[in-house]
Amino acid sequence: MKTNDVILQTVTTIVSFIIILFSIQLFFAGHYTPGGGFIGGLMSSGALVLLLLAFDIKTVNTILPIDYRLLTAIGLLLAVGTGAGALLFDVPFLTHAYDYFHLPLLGETSLHTAVIFDTGVYFVVIGITMTIIQTIGVSE
Amino acid sequence: MLYTILQITLLCVSLSMLGLIYRVIKGPTTPDRVVALDAIGINLIAIVALVSMVLDTFAFLEVILLLGILAFLGTVAFSKFLEKGEIIERDRDH
Repeated sequence: MKTNDVILQTVTTIVSFIIILFSIQLFFAGHYTPGGGFIGGLMSSGALVLLLLAFDIKTVNTILPIDYRLLTAIGLLLAVGTGAGALLFDVPFLTHAYDYFHLPLLGETSLHTAVIFDTGVYFVVIGITMTIIQTIGVSE
Repeated sequence: MLYTILQITLLCVSLSMLGLIYRVIKGPTTPDRVVALDAIGINLIAIVALVSMVLDTFAFLEVILLLGILAFLGTVAFSKFLEKGEIIERDRDH
C-alpha cells in the first residue's frame, strides 16, 4: 500500500528547523538559565528523529551524511581536550578560564572554556542517541 | 485574587486530566488512547505554565516548549506505528 504523507513531510521540514533553533538556544543559554549541552543535544536528536519519522534512513543520510559514532568520538575528544588543555597552564585538570572580549556585532562578551566542554557533551549526546535509535529502529 | 484564580484553573485542568486518564484506561481502540495521551501532554503544558505563575518564576518556560515538541514527536511516532507497523523505515521507495 502506497501511503501519501505530504502533510507530515511538509510540517517536518518547517518544525525541524524550529526544534534545532530551540536546541541551539538551550545550548547557549545553559550558563545563566536552565538548559545546557545535555538537553540541547537531546532536542537536536529529537529534530533528527522527526526527520527519520517523516522520511527514511536513506534520505536522512543523504541530507546529513554524518557518522554518529565519529561524532561521539569528536565530542569526547573535545571534553578531554578542554580538561587536558588546563594542564598546559600549570593548573589542575579541568580548570576552566574565562575572560571578557570585545567582539564585532556582539559587543562586550564573556567567553568561557566551559562552552567547549559543553560542546563535547552536546556532540556525545547527539551521537549516542542517534546511534541507539538508528540501530534499534532498523531491524529486518 | 490572582492566586485564587490560578488555583481554580489548576483544579479545572486537573479535572480534565482525570477525564483524559479515564479515556486512556477505558478507550476501546488504540487511537483513542494515543489522542488522549497527546491531550494529556498539552494539559501538562498548561499545568507547568500555571505552576510557574504560582511560583512566580521564569525558570520553567523552556519546559513548556519542550513538552510541546515531545508530545508532537510521540504522537507522530505512535500514529506511524499504528499505520505502517514500523516506525523508522530503511528505504521508502519499495
